Amino acid sequence: MTTSTGDAGRQASKPPLSNLSLADRAYHIRRHALRMGEVQGQGYIAQALGIADVLAVSYFHAMNYRPEDPEWEERDRFLLSIGHYAIALYAALIEAGIIPEDELESYGSDDSRLPMSGMAAYTPGMEITGGSLGHGLGLAVGFCLGLKRKQSKSFVYCLFSDGELGEGSVWEAAWSASHWKLDNLIGIVDVNNQQADGPASEVTGFEPLAARFEAFGWHVQRVDGNDIDALVEAFDAARNSTEPKPRIVICDTKMAKGVPFLEERERNHFLRVEPQEWQKALELLDAGRIS
Amino acid sequence: MRRSKYTRPAWLGEQGEGGQGTADKPRLTTSAMIASLAGADQRTNPAPFGNALAKLAETRPEIVGLTADLAKYTDLHVFAKAHPDRFYQMGMAEQLLISAAAGMAREGFMPFATTYAVFAARRAYDFICMAIAEENLNVKIVCALPGLTTGYGPSHQATEDIAIFRGMPNITIVDPCDAHEIEQVVPAIAAHQGPVYMRLLRGNVPLVLDEYGYTFELGKAKMLRDGNDVLIISSGLMTMRALEAAKALGDDNVDVAVLHVPTIKPLDEATILKEASRTGRMVVVAENHTIVGGLGEAVAGLLMRSGVFPTAFRQVALPDEFLDAGALPTLHDRYGISTKAMTDSIKGWL
Repeated sequence: MTTSTGDAGRQASKPPLSNLSLADRAYHIRRHALRMGEVQGQGYIAQALGIADVLAVSYFHAMNYRPEDPEWEERDRFLLSIGHYAIALYAALIEAGIIPEDELESYGSDDSRLPMSGMAAYTPGMEITGGSLGHGLGLAVGFCLGLKRKQSKSFVYCLFSDGELGEGSVWEAAWSASHWKLDNLIGIVDVNNQQADGPASEVTGFEPLAARFEAFGWHVQRVDGNDIDALVEAFDAARNSTEPKPRIVICDTKMAKGVPFLEERERNHFLRVEPQEWQKALELLDAGRIS
Repeated sequence: MRRSKYTRPAWLGEQGEGGQGTADKPRLTTSAMIASLAGADQRTNPAPFGNALAKLAETRPEIVGLTADLAKYTDLHVFAKAHPDRFYQMGMAEQLLISAAAGMAREGFMPFATTYAVFAARRAYDFICMAIAEENLNVKIVCALPGLTTGYGPSHQATEDIAIFRGMPNITIVDPCDAHEIEQVVPAIAAHQGPVYMRLLRGNVPLVLDEYGYTFELGKAKMLRDGNDVLIISSGLMTMRALEAAKALGDDNVDVAVLHVPTIKPLDEATILKEASRTGRMVVVAENHTIVGGLGEAVAGLLMRSGVFPTAFRQVALPDEFLDAGALPTLHDRYGISTKAMTDSIKGWL
């Protein structure tokens, strides 16, 4: 399964999926995530539901990869800096066929390949060990420099978050990516305005985010991260731009998107969901399915 | 306290005209970062690390060099000149330096990342730990100014770097003694698959071990001279000092053996146990590092765990303090790691 736009030579034989089917992919990613959440009864469910559309567009529209060979040299790399979003990425990797679906019942359990925070060492498709926030973008600079040395056409996607922007290392990397003209880097910031101690805009504030990245020399787009058409357009523009700059797609997302009673919870950074509520959540998700 | 904000130095005015010192007491100046450890009449080799890396890179195309604004002060400028397209100036950003090195290693390259030991150990620790060591990546971290090798003060004196890195799984720690050894360490750590932290002596580096027919082997301790009264176990520049102290003590009929342990982790336990088990010898561990958490405690723990109890066990090491700024010879005397201070300490313990 390789789908992409804009890079000749690695183009998939199949045409891009329609945006309607991308919505269906997003629905399945949310469903896998909820089922994993149910295994533990709690977790970073709201983030997973919020970022599902971005992951659907990344894995089923933008990126090149081979599910049967997750380490294929010509793949696009997806770096998950926010290790606690592992539940979301596992859901995408399951949907992409990189992780077998039946493994989701092992989520967060002893000896599982799907620990709560992502581990590069033993999870298929996991490129880096995130979790200590502020690591991903610097690693991405190294991946991009290495790929350029190899004259590779692969892109590096790096998903980080608004709360993480408080780590100074993010800005060391943002500066450096621009200095090295890393046009093979596509940063994705999940702006859901929620971090451990409350709304990110209140904890320390991160705006004006687009202007900040522009000032650091990046190609900047800001979109509704739950609008699949807008995401498709933004990822296409990021890949196809000829500007010698790193690209960033700032995605405003809604925590717990798709499950209304979880969307409404005031503090949903780490959700605890009652056993009887999981079925209700799945039913609400199914009811809202677009297909 | 040796100094105070509120008290002027008592010796002001006694330093001769213009503070230039007097015939019997020449002025000692603070050694800046580029100070050489070599004595006036000592043989040296220039930039052994930079030259060895530049040479090795001719046959190893996967080697790249990265630095955080310290190419010149880590001798990486020699590599940069020889292989400009493989040199990455990452600017004054050590977290990025380490992260980018990790990313390049992920893509199949062998990065040599250089900075000062304080900045790697203190500032970039989390990045070395999670991005490199946890992933067992093939990154070589080569750091100047280990221990007390600058008189610049605590901001640049990495007195606890070994203690910091010893606690990190997967990482190999190397503390070479001289230019002869550094030249051999470079290809040896490149041949080793995995992360390495190397303490670097830079500039005109003393040449000592060639006289002992020494060859470096990663993970091996080597006897440089034998003796029946004292066994000095040492690493880094303290092996140089230990060999000098052994000569001085020999003049007083004290027979001193020197076991050089350039690989701090993993420790050559078999050789250390074999030598420390020999009866009748005091064991002295000498290191350019705080007494907390370095080679001395590593050896002590090994001996205790193994039930090996020498006649006596002593440590020549830096105190558990933030150290003074000043001239390096003054500081080495003050903190007990000069040849004379070490010789006197051992005499006192006998």
